[in-house]
Amino acid sequence: MTVDITKSPERVTAPSPQRRGLARRAQLPRWAVPGGLAASAAVVGLVLALVGFSTGLFVVGTVVLFTAGLYVASRIVEGSRKATDRLVTVIVTSAFGLAVIPLISVICTVVSEGLARFDVEFFSSSMRGVVGEGGGAYHAIVGTLIITGLAALMSIPVGLLTAVYLVEYGKGRLARAITFFVDVMTGIPSIVAGLFAVALFTYLVGPGARFGFAGSVALSVLMIPIVVRATEEMLKIVPNELREAALALGVPKWRVILKVVIPTSIAGIASGITLAIARVIGETAPLLVAVGLTTAMNVNAFDGRMATLPVFSYLSYATPGVPREPYLERAWTAALVLIIIVMVLNLLARLIARVFAPKTR
Amino acid sequence: MGKAIEAKDLNIYYGSFRAVEGVNMLIRPKTVTALIGPSGCGKSTFLRAINRMHEVVPGARVEGRLELDGEDLYGPGVDPVGVRRQIGMVFQRPNPFPTMSIYDNVIAGLRLNNKKLSKDATDEIVEKSLRGANLWNEVKDRLDKPGSGLSGGQQQRLCIARAIAVQPDVLLMDEPCSALDPISTLAIEDLINELKQDYTIVIVTHNMQQAARVSDYTGFFNIEGTGKPGKLVEMDETKTIFSQPKEKATEDYVSGRFG
Repeated sequence: MTVDITKSPERVTAPSPQRRGLARRAQLPRWAVPGGLAASAAVVGLVLALVGFSTGLFVVGTVVLFTAGLYVASRIVEGSRKATDRLVTVIVTSAFGLAVIPLISVICTVVSEGLARFDVEFFSSSMRGVVGEGGGAYHAIVGTLIITGLAALMSIPVGLLTAVYLVEYGKGRLARAITFFVDVMTGIPSIVAGLFAVALFTYLVGPGARFGFAGSVALSVLMIPIVVRATEEMLKIVPNELREAALALGVPKWRVILKVVIPTSIAGIASGITLAIARVIGETAPLLVAVGLTTAMNVNAFDGRMATLPVFSYLSYATPGVPREPYLERAWTAALVLIIIVMVLNLLARLIARVFAPKTR
Repeated sequence: MGKAIEAKDLNIYYGSFRAVEGVNMLIRPKTVTALIGPSGCGKSTFLRAINRMHEVVPGARVEGRLELDGEDLYGPGVDPVGVRRQIGMVFQRPNPFPTMSIYDNVIAGLRLNNKKLSKDATDEIVEKSLRGANLWNEVKDRLDKPGSGLSGGQQQRLCIARAIAVQPDVLLMDEPCSALDPISTLAIEDLINELKQDYTIVIVTHNMQQAARVSDYTGFFNIEGTGKPGKLVEMDETKTIFSQPKEKATEDYVSGRFG
C-alpha cells in the first residue's frame, strides 16, 4: 500500500471496514521495531545477569524473543499477512547477520594480530639472514605479484578468447564439451592444479624443479575457468540487436565482436577478471608444491624457488622457529597484506566497471 | 544510388522448416515498397533475406535467386558483408550502440570498417546523415553525448542516420515505427518520403494506414496455417491493393476482416 495511514490517526483508531474502497488497517507504530529490540535486549540481559552472562546466548535470546514478540504483536494489531511479512523480514535480516559474523570476525582477528608487524621493515626487507625478530615479507610480496601477474598474463587471453568462441562461434558438440570441462575445472581442488604443474615441469625439465613459473601455470589452471565463466556470462547479456545492427552496417563478424560486443560488456569482463585474480592470489597449496619458499629475494620466475605471501604465512605459522612469537606475528601480517591486496583488487574492479560502463547521459 | 531488387522463385528456410515459399517480386528503384500481412507470414524473414541478415540465424538458408540490379546476391563468392554495405537496415526496436556517442553512432558504419577519414570529412558525413534523418536540429549541440540518452523516436532516427551514413543503395525497414508514439511515427514517415528521392526503400509494417500513407507499392504476404510457409499473395501499386485487389484474401485483410 502506498497510502500512509499513520498520518490520519482517527482512521487508525476507528477503522470502518464497511466503507467501500481501499481497505485500511491499524499499523504498529514506527518505533515498534527498535523499541521491541531494545525491550527484548533489556529483558534477556536481566535474565542472563541472574544466571550468568554470555554474549552468544544474549544475542540469540534477544533475536528469538524479539521475533516472537513482534510476530504476536503484529498479528494482533495488523493481521496475519503483515505479521508473516514481519516474521520473514526478521528471518532474512538475521540470516544476513549470521553470514556477516564470520567475515567481520576474520577481518578483526587478522587486523588486530597483523598490525603488530605492519611496519616499514616488513615491507622493506626479506627474511635473508633473519632468525627470530625483525625481517619482513618484501620478497614474498614481490613473489606473489610476479607469479600472479604471470598467471593473469596467461589466463586472461586464453579465457577471454575461449569465452568469445563459446558465445559467438561455438555450436554443437565441441562447444558443449568445452562448457562441460570448464564447469568441471572450476571445481578442481587447487592442490590438483599444483600437482599438475609439478608433474608437467618434472616431465619438461627434470625432477625436483621448483620455480615461480610452475606456480603461475598452476594458478592459471585455476584461473582460466573462472575467467571463461565470467566473460561468457557478460558476453551473453549483450543484446543480440547490437550485433545485428553492426552486421547490417556491413561490418565483418570479427570486427563486430571486437568493436561492439566486447566494448559493450568490457565493464563486466574487467571486474570478472579482477575477481578471478583476487581468487587465485591467496592460493597456498599449489604454490607450496610447485614453487616452495626462499628467505631471500628472487625476481626470476624461471630459476629457483620464490617466496609468496600465502606460503610465507603458512610456513611461518606451521613451522615457526624459536622464539615463536616473531614468526607468528609475521604470518598474521602477511595474511593482512594479502587481504588488503584482495580488497584493493575488488575496489579496482568496481572502478573499472564504473569507468567502462556504457553511459546513458 | 537506388537499385532494383528482384526475387525469383525465392524459398527461405530455417533449418528444414520452409518459412517463405516461391516469392517472385520486383522492387523498383527509388520507390517505397510496403510488405504487409499477418504475424508469422514471413515478411520480416523475406526482408532479412534481402541483405543476407537471414543467415545470421543458425541453420537458416535461402533457395532461388535474389538480384540487386541483375546481380545475384546469393551467387558464389558474394560476400554477405559486401551485400550489407549496399543494403542497409533499420530494426523494429531502436538499437544505437550504447558505448558510443551520437556522433560515433552515426559514423559507426564507417569507423567500424576502419575507413580512414579526416575530421572534416566525418563531420560532414555526420551532419549530412543527421540532417537526412531529420535529427540534426535536435542533437547538434550534444553530439558527444551517448546515443542511448535520446528518446525512442530520436534513437530510431539516429539508427536511420547511421544506416544512411554508409550510403547504401537500398534501405530495409523492419517495422520501424512499432515501438514509437504517433508523433515520432509521423516524423519517420515524413523522412521515408524524403529518403525515397535517393534510396530504394522496403518497409515491413503491421499498420495498414502507414502502408497506405508511405508506400508506392504494396506486397501482401499470407500464411495458410501454422507450420505452413508464407507466400506472397499479391503485389501491386498501393492504391490498387487498397481499392481493388485481385485476390479475395487481400481484400479481406486490407478491409480488416481478418488478421
